[in-house]
Amino acid sequence: MEQFAAVRRSKDGQPVRYLVVDDSVFARKNLARIIETFGGLLAGEAGDGLTAITEYERTQPDIVLMDITMPQMEGIEAAEKIVQQHPEARIVMVSSVGYQENIVAALQRGARHFVQKPVKPEVLYEVIKYVLGEDGVVAQAAGAGD
Amino acid sequence: MKMDLIQPFINAADAVLSQGLQSPMTIGNLSMEQEAYRRKGVAALVWLTGDIEGRIIFDLDPATAVRVASQFAGAEVPESDELVKETVKELANQVIGNAITTLNDQGFHFRVHPPVIHTSERGSESSEDTEAMVLAFETPSGTVFMNIVLRYNRQHRGARTAASA
Repeated sequence: MEQFAAVRRSKDGQPVRYLVVDDSVFARKNLARIIETFGGLLAGEAGDGLTAITEYERTQPDIVLMDITMPQMEGIEAAEKIVQQHPEARIVMVSSVGYQENIVAALQRGARHFVQKPVKPEVLYEVIKYVLGEDGVVAQAAGAGD
Repeated sequence: MKMDLIQPFINAADAVLSQGLQSPMTIGNLSMEQEAYRRKGVAALVWLTGDIEGRIIFDLDPATAVRVASQFAGAEVPESDELVKETVKELANQVIGNAITTLNDQGFHFRVHPPVIHTSERGSESSEDTEAMVLAFETPSGTVFMNIVLRYNRQHRGARTAASA
């Protein structure tokens, strides 16, 4: 898998910490592998929206990658609840269902961005940099992006 | 079943499988089936409700499922591994989700239910208004089958149109 120049937190130079929320183990593993190529750290995982809320509290991640269609509580509702408690939360919706209504609903309820599955690492990488803004910095590592 | 309902599924399968397997795929047999569905191997079932309703089964014979899962995992996956089923479920989710996105942007509204592993050997027989279309996609890892039973839910669409008028 392609390696990207590491994205780090600008405040302390540490790896960006991610919470990955998806009911599919396969999807979570795939996202974890992609995060690794960005130099990120997997802070936690959840398989449904309810667990995502408790895992957010426990791990306090820099970025949440959140699926939409999940059992118990769907991703958009979970995103809204997290943002209500933590307005600074950066949540990127990652779903195969990418029609306009869904995207608008997610953004209106607090998500920062949307990436459609199958996830292209280069697309997610750009979205992560955009969502982090000044809170993220791209490390100038030798050979990065080769 | 109208072709304009099916085409988004063909396009989505092409995009998802080609990207995931990093190799082009070709569309093989396309047939209509009225007999009861017979599972071929590892199968994921997705229900749709709304303006269009029905179900889609994404089905791979066991050897193909293992090869596809191994390709996606980047390492050999044993046939017994749960990751094989998870891979098939997630592929179904991605193909169907992408197709639904296209249909939704065309004005059809419906809900996709999370995929579940289909374990029974046979499904119900298709009726005249819900005959199944079987699509076969030829990939380097083997044949991937999609068995689609969809019908327009005119009552639902009509009610929604009336409500928004």
